[in-house]
Amino acid sequence: MYLIKDIEEIAPKIKKMVLKAPLLAKKHRAGQFVMVINTEKGERIPLTIADKNPEKGEITLIFQEIGKSTMEMGLRTKGEHVYDVVGPLGKPTHIEKYGTVVCIGGGVGTAPLYPIAKKMKEVGNHIITILGARNKDLFILEKEMKALSDEFYQTTDDGTKGRHGLVTDELKRLIEEGREIDLVLAIGPAIMMKFVSLLTKEHNIPTMVSLNSIMVDGTGMCGACRVSVGGITKFVCVDGPEFDGHKVNFDELLKRQAMYKDMEEMALKKFLEELREKEPCGGHHA
Amino acid sequence: MPDRKWIPQPKKPRTPIPEQKPEERRKNFKEVALGYTEELAIEEAYRCLQCKNPLCIEGCPVGIDIPGFIRHIGEGRFEEAYYTLKKYNSLPAICGRVCPQEDQCEEKCIMGKRFKPVAIGRLERFAADWFIQSGKKERYEIEPPTGKKVAIIGSGPAGLTCAGELAKKGHKIVIFEALHKPGGVLVYGIPEFRLPKKIVEVEVEKLKEMGVEIKTSAIIGKLYTIDELLKEESFDAVFIGTGAGLPYFMGIKGENLNGVYSANEFLTRVNLMKAYMFPEADTPVKIGERVAVIGGGNTAMDAIRTAIRLGAKEAYIIYRRSEKELPAREEEIHHAKEEGVILKLLTNPVEIIGDKNGWVKALKCIKMKLGEPDDSGRRRPIPIEGSEFEFPVDTVIMAIGQGPNPLIQETQPDIEVKKWGIIKIDEEGRTSKKGVFAGGDIVTGGATVILAMGQGKRAAASIDRYLKTGEWK
Repeated sequence: MYLIKDIEEIAPKIKKMVLKAPLLAKKHRAGQFVMVINTEKGERIPLTIADKNPEKGEITLIFQEIGKSTMEMGLRTKGEHVYDVVGPLGKPTHIEKYGTVVCIGGGVGTAPLYPIAKKMKEVGNHIITILGARNKDLFILEKEMKALSDEFYQTTDDGTKGRHGLVTDELKRLIEEGREIDLVLAIGPAIMMKFVSLLTKEHNIPTMVSLNSIMVDGTGMCGACRVSVGGITKFVCVDGPEFDGHKVNFDELLKRQAMYKDMEEMALKKFLEELREKEPCGGHHA
Repeated sequence: MPDRKWIPQPKKPRTPIPEQKPEERRKNFKEVALGYTEELAIEEAYRCLQCKNPLCIEGCPVGIDIPGFIRHIGEGRFEEAYYTLKKYNSLPAICGRVCPQEDQCEEKCIMGKRFKPVAIGRLERFAADWFIQSGKKERYEIEPPTGKKVAIIGSGPAGLTCAGELAKKGHKIVIFEALHKPGGVLVYGIPEFRLPKKIVEVEVEKLKEMGVEIKTSAIIGKLYTIDELLKEESFDAVFIGTGAGLPYFMGIKGENLNGVYSANEFLTRVNLMKAYMFPEADTPVKIGERVAVIGGGNTAMDAIRTAIRLGAKEAYIIYRRSEKELPAREEEIHHAKEEGVILKLLTNPVEIIGDKNGWVKALKCIKMKLGEPDDSGRRRPIPIEGSEFEFPVDTVIMAIGQGPNPLIQETQPDIEVKKWGIIKIDEEGRTSKKGVFAGGDIVTGGATVILAMGQGKRAAASIDRYLKTGEWK
């Protein structure tokens, strides 16, 4: 059982949860993730550690309320406990001085990007950040990312903040301006990572992506998270989560991510109905 | 004084075990074999010849005094039967259910030469279940504390056995389990209908009563390395029993289509994560109307029978050799057939065919014939040229074996490994690293529960010796 020290909504449907987990706070390295089990019958949800405080023994998780499990977890309150947290899992990011690193965060993907960008800055890289979101309200960790970046850009789908367009438009501009880019680090929806990788491949810019495939155990035992990288099947949980974006088969990943869509929708619908029954006055969650 | 007189009845036929009827059990996850009643157990016990030089014991990897415990059952002294078993085997309720007795004790039973062997496994299960159901508190004989600490990595059959044996010797034991529930393959792999999870829980509780500490969700190689356990966490010895958790795939086209599972994933979703209760439990599992399981071992049978219980209408086992070579236990094959499983033998998949949305729609196979025996002594399957055929399926489950999980070996390069990451040990269960022992599937690459237990037990004896003498040579 892990004590929830704090939980708050940092953007619509995006929650930040601080857990008391001293050992994980001490052992975690940038790029690694944990599996969170909210309740005894809950599923194992892979989440990246967005931040940590080893002195206080705390880890920060950021998650989007998409399905039943994440929505249910979002309803937890300070002082309650989540059933279990397992980790740290996956390989840590290889941190070194590349030169100029473009850090691209799409939506809630900024959460896993942040600790990596922070480390990349610490070792002396020039950090250019591009954050993308559907609209101005959906950015997270804006202040934190801005603070560590040498250059900072934003894009929105609806033009309510920054450039009206996609992160790839901003990246394209940098490339066309002839900027030297030594590494692109892109974390966000698979479709975003796909198009970033296609663009950088054209220009031969090394690109790292962090994949968010479906997982069960997260320890290499089941293979649910398998993905084709350069034609070879890899397990995201133990071989990743980071891979060379130019080699990832994103179309396969996108299909695999949708495997349980109908069942997820069904579970969510049932959950929302039950929630409405519990709160006949039409509580704030519905 | 015995409660009953021993009445030898060697000529009586083997006592059948009551079972759920196939048409009923196809729809539920309850145990298939219901177990002997006291009367049936006594009746079966009387068939034992009580040999002076019992061969059955030779066939048992942990050397149980088989005629001894059977005698106690025949005499109605069930509690004594239980303690006789416990002297040799710390998990009799589990072994009575999942041991391949037909290849071990029962194979050697003299009765089997002319009639059917004594149903040793069923009697073992009876004695263990009887004790659990009696609600009696178990007596433990635990030696005074030694002040030594041992870390056991993995809470499967090898780890649980090793922990139990060492706790008896007075050592402080901490088990580290990667998953959120203890039991390893007994919990994530073997289905409820073959091994009720309640039984595993009872056994784990007993270890806790003996003072064993269990840390779940603790992944060695990530949370701690073995070096950290030995140096920073002050453990005096470490036992690695991390099992064969890495699923193998065939490397054929279409394996990453939606609807293709490893048996590990499929069974973990259902057994550990309770996907059969979805949406009451949060983890989903997809099962189509036509399911094909690739492989012929016990895991394959577990997977296909689970698929039937989840509603599969057509259930196939695809196996490249003939029925005679099927590695699964006879009983499992028999149960699978009763439940409607169709064996597609001498058949090997060559490709999984998908639809435009990336879902499985068919399996392409090739017919095989048997050639000369290979290294394993089984006749080698050879593809028959031009015999490819396709048939429609919605779900494909790969049950072609699994290998050792590489997490520990990656972080501890001073532990010597053999081919496929199998940890190398000597005859005493010692690895190449001082103070570190190993046993179970991590050293065999994938075998049975009882063999893993046997290795856990043997390693416990050498760990105890090492802790007392400090000798490592």
